[in-house]
Amino acid sequence: MNGSANGRPSWSVGDDLEETVLPPVTRLGLIKYAGASGDYNPIHTIDAAAEEAGLPGVIAHGMLTMATMGLVLSPYLAHGYVKGFESRFSGMVFVGDELRVGGRVAGLEEREEGQLYTFEVYARKGEETVASGAVDFLLYGD
Amino acid sequence: MLYEEFVGCRSEGVGNLVEKGAVRKFAEAIGDPSPLYTDERAARESRHGGLIAPPTFPRTFDYGAVPGLELPPAGLIHGSHRIDYERPLFVGEGVLCRVELEKSYDKEGRRGLLGFLLFERTGETLSGERIFTTKDTVVVTEAVRKVIEG
Repeated sequence: MNGSANGRPSWSVGDDLEETVLPPVTRLGLIKYAGASGDYNPIHTIDAAAEEAGLPGVIAHGMLTMATMGLVLSPYLAHGYVKGFESRFSGMVFVGDELRVGGRVAGLEEREEGQLYTFEVYARKGEETVASGAVDFLLYGD
Repeated sequence: MLYEEFVGCRSEGVGNLVEKGAVRKFAEAIGDPSPLYTDERAARESRHGGLIAPPTFPRTFDYGAVPGLELPPAGLIHGSHRIDYERPLFVGEGVLCRVELEKSYDKEGRRGLLGFLLFERTGETLSGERIFTTKDTVVVTEAVRKVIEG
Protein backbone atom coordinates (compact mmCIF):
# COMPACT_ATOMS: atom_id res chain seq x y z
CA MET A 1 0.00 0.00 0.00
CA ASN A 2 1.17 3.53 -0.74
CA GLY A 3 -0.08 6.50 1.19
CA SER A 4 0.06 10.25 0.67
CA ALA A 5 1.28 12.72 3.27
CA ASN A 6 -2.16 13.26 4.82
CA GLY A 7 -2.56 9.51 5.38
CA ARG A 8 -4.90 8.93 2.46
CA PRO A 9 -4.24 5.32 1.46
CA SER A 10 -3.84 3.98 -2.03
CA TRP A 11 -4.14 0.26 -2.72
CA SER A 12 -3.65 -2.02 -5.72
CA VAL A 13 -5.77 -5.04 -6.47
CA GLY A 14 -4.04 -8.08 -5.00
CA ASP A 15 -2.42 -6.18 -2.08
CA ASP A 16 -2.67 -7.84 1.31
CA LEU A 17 -3.80 -5.89 4.33
CA GLU A 18 -1.55 -6.46 7.30
CA GLU A 19 -2.85 -9.27 9.49
CA THR A 20 -3.71 -8.25 13.04
CA VAL A 21 -3.58 -10.61 16.01
CA LEU A 22 -6.33 -9.70 18.45
CA PRO A 23 -6.17 -10.15 22.21
CA PRO A 24 -7.73 -13.47 23.36
CA VAL A 25 -11.54 -13.46 23.69
CA THR A 26 -12.56 -12.97 27.33
CA ARG A 27 -15.85 -13.46 29.09
CA LEU A 28 -15.79 -9.82 30.18
CA GLY A 29 -15.36 -8.85 26.53
CA LEU A 30 -18.48 -10.85 25.63
CA ILE A 31 -20.42 -9.30 28.51
CA LYS A 32 -19.38 -5.84 27.30
CA TYR A 33 -20.49 -6.61 23.75
CA ALA A 34 -23.79 -8.01 25.02
CA GLY A 35 -24.42 -4.76 26.86
CA ALA A 36 -23.28 -2.50 24.02
CA SER A 37 -25.24 -4.37 21.35
CA GLY A 38 -28.32 -5.34 23.36
CA ASP A 39 -27.87 -9.01 22.37
CA TYR A 40 -28.38 -10.78 25.68
CA ASN A 41 -28.75 -14.31 24.31
CA PRO A 42 -27.27 -16.19 27.32
CA ILE A 43 -25.27 -18.67 25.20
CA HIS A 44 -22.78 -15.81 24.85
CA THR A 45 -22.36 -15.12 28.54
CA ILE A 46 -23.64 -17.90 30.81
CA ASP A 47 -22.02 -21.37 30.84
CA ALA A 48 -25.17 -23.22 31.90
CA ALA A 49 -27.13 -21.78 28.97
CA ALA A 50 -24.35 -22.66 26.54
CA GLU A 51 -24.19 -26.23 27.89
CA GLU A 52 -27.93 -26.59 27.60
CA ALA A 53 -27.55 -25.66 23.93
CA GLY A 54 -25.01 -28.47 23.52
CA LEU A 55 -21.96 -26.20 23.46
CA PRO A 56 -18.77 -26.83 25.46
CA GLY A 57 -18.82 -23.23 26.70
CA VAL A 58 -20.03 -19.73 25.89
CA ILE A 59 -19.46 -18.61 22.30
CA ALA A 60 -18.74 -15.15 20.93
CA HIS A 61 -21.51 -13.27 19.13
CA GLY A 62 -21.10 -13.66 15.36
CA MET A 63 -21.67 -9.93 15.01
CA LEU A 64 -18.74 -9.28 17.35
CA THR A 65 -16.45 -11.42 15.20
CA MET A 66 -17.76 -9.55 12.15
CA ALA A 67 -17.06 -6.19 13.79
CA THR A 68 -13.50 -7.26 14.56
CA MET A 69 -12.99 -8.18 10.88
CA GLY A 70 -13.98 -4.61 10.10
CA LEU A 71 -11.06 -3.34 12.18
CA VAL A 72 -8.76 -3.81 9.17
CA LEU A 73 -10.32 -0.71 7.57
CA SER A 74 -10.58 1.32 10.78
CA PRO A 75 -7.28 3.25 10.26
CA TYR A 76 -8.63 4.78 7.02
CA LEU A 77 -12.00 6.11 8.19
CA ALA A 78 -10.88 9.73 8.03
CA HIS A 79 -10.74 9.35 4.24
CA GLY A 80 -13.79 7.29 3.49
CA TYR A 81 -16.39 4.94 4.89
CA VAL A 82 -17.59 1.37 4.80
CA LYS A 83 -20.25 1.25 2.11
CA GLY A 84 -20.94 -2.47 2.25
CA PHE A 85 -19.96 -5.22 4.66
CA GLU A 86 -20.82 -8.89 4.48
CA SER A 87 -19.91 -11.80 6.73
CA ARG A 88 -20.61 -15.51 6.70
CA PHE A 89 -20.21 -17.21 10.04
CA SER A 90 -18.49 -20.56 9.60
CA GLY A 91 -17.01 -21.46 12.96
CA MET A 92 -17.52 -20.95 16.66
CA VAL A 93 -15.36 -18.67 18.79
CA PHE A 94 -14.81 -19.54 22.44
CA VAL A 95 -13.36 -17.73 25.44
CA GLY A 96 -9.57 -17.87 25.19
CA ASP A 97 -9.48 -18.03 21.39
CA GLU A 98 -6.99 -15.75 19.73
CA LEU A 99 -8.30 -14.45 16.41
CA ARG A 100 -6.32 -13.10 13.49
CA VAL A 101 -8.04 -10.73 11.09
CA GLY A 102 -6.85 -9.65 7.70
CA GLY A 103 -7.76 -9.30 4.08
CA ARG A 104 -6.72 -8.45 0.58
CA VAL A 105 -7.78 -5.96 -2.08
CA ALA A 106 -10.07 -7.81 -4.45
CA GLY A 107 -11.48 -5.04 -6.61
CA LEU A 108 -11.47 -1.36 -7.48
CA GLU A 109 -14.18 0.67 -9.19
CA GLU A 110 -14.27 4.36 -9.97
CA ARG A 111 -17.30 6.12 -8.54
CA GLU A 112 -18.49 9.68 -8.65
CA GLU A 113 -17.56 10.19 -4.97
CA GLY A 114 -14.15 8.52 -5.23
CA GLN A 115 -12.82 4.96 -5.46
CA LEU A 116 -14.79 1.99 -4.29
CA TYR A 117 -12.41 -0.72 -3.11
CA THR A 118 -13.58 -4.24 -2.34
CA PHE A 119 -11.64 -6.22 0.26
CA GLU A 120 -11.96 -9.91 0.97
CA VAL A 121 -11.67 -10.25 4.73
CA TYR A 122 -11.37 -13.11 7.20
CA ALA A 123 -11.17 -13.97 10.88
CA ARG A 124 -9.18 -17.11 11.74
CA LYS A 125 -8.09 -19.07 14.76
CA GLY A 126 -5.25 -21.45 14.02
CA GLU A 127 -6.07 -22.96 10.64
CA GLU A 128 -9.83 -22.54 11.03
CA THR A 129 -11.69 -19.68 9.34
CA VAL A 130 -14.45 -18.64 11.74
CA ALA A 131 -15.82 -15.82 9.57
CA SER A 132 -15.16 -14.51 6.10
CA GLY A 133 -16.67 -11.89 3.90
CA ALA A 134 -16.16 -8.67 2.04
CA VAL A 135 -15.91 -4.97 2.82
CA ASP A 136 -16.69 -2.30 0.23
CA PHE A 137 -14.80 0.82 1.22
CA LEU A 138 -15.49 4.14 -0.46
CA LEU A 139 -12.33 6.23 -0.48
CA TYR A 140 -13.29 9.85 -1.16
CA GLY A 141 -11.51 11.57 -4.02
CA ASP A 142 -8.98 14.30 -3.18
CA MET B 1 -41.67 -23.76 4.83
CA LEU B 2 -41.38 -22.08 8.17
CA TYR B 3 -43.44 -18.96 8.82
CA GLU B 4 -44.61 -18.94 5.21
CA GLU B 5 -47.65 -16.80 6.05
CA PHE B 6 -45.34 -14.02 7.31
CA VAL B 7 -43.17 -13.74 4.21
CA GLY B 8 -43.42 -10.19 2.88
CA CYS B 9 -44.76 -8.86 6.20
CA ARG B 10 -42.91 -6.11 7.99
CA SER B 11 -42.88 -4.27 11.27
CA GLU B 12 -44.21 -0.80 11.84
CA GLY B 13 -41.39 1.73 11.85
CA VAL B 14 -39.59 2.35 15.13
CA GLY B 15 -37.69 5.58 15.77
CA ASN B 16 -34.10 5.22 16.99
CA LEU B 17 -31.46 7.76 17.91
CA VAL B 18 -27.74 7.30 17.18
CA GLU B 19 -26.61 8.20 20.70
CA LYS B 20 -23.11 9.43 21.30
CA GLY B 21 -22.64 7.39 24.49
CA ALA B 22 -24.01 4.23 22.87
CA VAL B 23 -21.59 4.62 19.94
CA ARG B 24 -18.65 5.13 22.32
CA LYS B 25 -19.56 2.00 24.30
CA PHE B 26 -20.07 -0.02 21.14
CA ALA B 27 -16.72 1.08 19.65
CA GLU B 28 -15.03 0.13 22.91
CA ALA B 29 -16.75 -3.28 23.00
CA ILE B 30 -15.57 -4.16 19.47
CA GLY B 31 -12.06 -2.82 20.20
CA ASP B 32 -12.17 -0.17 17.46
CA PRO B 33 -9.93 2.78 18.39
CA SER B 34 -10.96 5.05 15.47
CA PRO B 35 -11.28 8.68 16.62
CA LEU B 36 -14.05 9.17 14.04
CA TYR B 37 -16.49 7.53 16.48
CA THR B 38 -15.58 9.44 19.63
CA ASP B 39 -13.37 12.47 19.06
CA GLU B 40 -15.56 15.39 17.99
CA ARG B 41 -12.67 17.50 16.81
CA ALA B 42 -11.00 14.80 14.71
CA ALA B 43 -14.38 13.95 13.22
CA ARG B 44 -15.23 17.57 12.43
CA GLU B 45 -11.90 18.03 10.66
CA SER B 46 -12.35 14.83 8.62
CA ARG B 47 -14.24 14.42 5.35
CA HIS B 48 -17.32 13.40 7.35
CA GLY B 49 -17.59 16.69 9.21
CA GLY B 50 -18.91 14.98 12.33
CA LEU B 51 -18.91 11.77 14.38
CA ILE B 52 -19.92 8.59 12.56
CA ALA B 53 -21.07 5.19 13.85
CA PRO B 54 -19.21 1.86 13.36
CA PRO B 55 -20.42 -0.14 10.31
CA THR B 56 -22.15 -2.85 12.35
CA PHE B 57 -23.74 -0.40 14.83
CA PRO B 58 -27.23 -0.61 13.24
CA ARG B 59 -27.47 -4.08 14.83
CA THR B 60 -28.20 -2.27 18.10
CA PHE B 61 -31.37 -0.56 16.84
CA ASP B 62 -34.93 -1.54 17.62
CA TYR B 63 -36.62 -2.56 14.36
CA GLY B 64 -39.95 -3.57 15.86
CA ALA B 65 -41.39 -7.01 15.15
CA VAL B 66 -43.32 -8.53 12.27
CA PRO B 67 -46.84 -8.68 13.75
CA GLY B 68 -47.62 -12.21 14.96
CA LEU B 69 -44.23 -13.69 14.10
CA GLU B 70 -42.78 -15.35 17.19
CA LEU B 71 -39.35 -16.90 16.86
CA PRO B 72 -38.19 -19.53 19.35
CA PRO B 73 -36.15 -17.98 22.19
CA ALA B 74 -33.19 -20.35 21.76
CA GLY B 75 -31.38 -22.45 19.19
CA LEU B 76 -31.40 -20.18 16.13
CA ILE B 77 -28.10 -19.88 14.25
CA HIS B 78 -26.95 -16.63 12.68
CA GLY B 79 -25.65 -17.70 9.26
CA SER B 80 -24.69 -14.43 7.63
CA HIS B 81 -25.07 -10.68 7.77
CA ARG B 82 -24.77 -7.99 5.14
CA ILE B 83 -25.15 -4.24 5.42
CA ASP B 84 -25.16 -1.67 2.63
CA TYR B 85 -24.98 2.06 3.24
CA GLU B 86 -26.12 4.92 1.02
CA ARG B 87 -23.91 7.20 3.12
CA PRO B 88 -22.25 7.09 6.57
CA LEU B 89 -24.47 6.95 9.65
CA PHE B 90 -23.97 10.03 11.83
CA VAL B 91 -24.01 10.36 15.59
CA GLY B 92 -27.00 12.38 16.75
CA GLU B 93 -29.33 11.52 13.90
CA GLY B 94 -32.73 9.89 14.13
CA VAL B 95 -33.34 6.69 12.19
CA LEU B 96 -36.65 5.06 11.36
CA CYS B 97 -36.12 1.28 11.39
CA ARG B 98 -38.18 -1.61 10.03
CA VAL B 99 -37.76 -5.38 9.68
CA GLU B 100 -39.33 -7.66 7.10
CA LEU B 101 -39.28 -11.44 6.68
CA GLU B 102 -38.13 -11.44 3.09
CA LYS B 103 -37.91 -15.15 2.36
CA SER B 104 -38.20 -18.60 3.90
CA TYR B 105 -36.91 -21.81 2.36
CA ASP B 106 -35.87 -25.33 3.35
CA LYS B 107 -32.78 -27.24 2.36
CA GLU B 108 -31.75 -30.81 3.07
CA GLY B 109 -28.34 -30.70 4.75
CA ARG B 110 -25.95 -33.30 6.11
CA ARG B 111 -27.51 -32.87 9.54
CA GLY B 112 -31.10 -33.05 8.40
CA LEU B 113 -33.66 -30.58 7.12
CA LEU B 114 -32.58 -27.00 7.62
CA GLY B 115 -34.81 -23.95 7.45
CA PHE B 116 -33.48 -20.61 6.24
CA LEU B 117 -35.11 -17.30 7.16
CA LEU B 118 -33.99 -14.14 5.38
CA PHE B 119 -34.68 -10.90 7.19
CA GLU B 120 -34.31 -7.46 5.65
CA ARG B 121 -33.87 -4.47 7.94
CA THR B 122 -33.88 -0.88 6.80
CA GLY B 123 -32.96 2.47 8.31
CA GLU B 124 -34.32 5.72 6.92
CA THR B 125 -34.16 9.36 7.86
CA LEU B 126 -37.30 10.74 9.41
CA SER B 127 -38.12 12.21 5.98
CA GLY B 128 -37.97 8.76 4.38
CA GLU B 129 -34.54 8.78 2.77
CA ARG B 130 -32.76 5.38 2.92
CA ILE B 131 -29.53 5.27 4.96
CA PHE B 132 -28.82 1.54 5.14
CA THR B 133 -30.21 -1.91 4.34
CA THR B 134 -29.21 -5.12 6.12
CA LYS B 135 -29.79 -8.77 5.22
CA ASP B 136 -29.54 -11.57 7.75
CA THR B 137 -29.74 -15.30 7.25
CA VAL B 138 -31.04 -17.25 10.24
CA VAL B 139 -30.69 -21.02 10.18
CA VAL B 140 -33.27 -23.25 11.88
CA THR B 141 -32.03 -26.77 12.68
CA GLU B 142 -34.31 -29.80 12.60
CA ALA B 143 -34.40 -29.90 16.42
CA VAL B 144 -35.57 -26.27 16.60
CA ARG B 145 -38.09 -26.86 13.81
CA LYS B 146 -39.74 -29.50 16.01
CA VAL B 147 -40.10 -26.92 18.77
CA ILE B 148 -41.67 -24.43 16.32
CA GLU B 149 -44.04 -26.94 14.77
CA GLY B 150 -44.89 -28.33 18.19
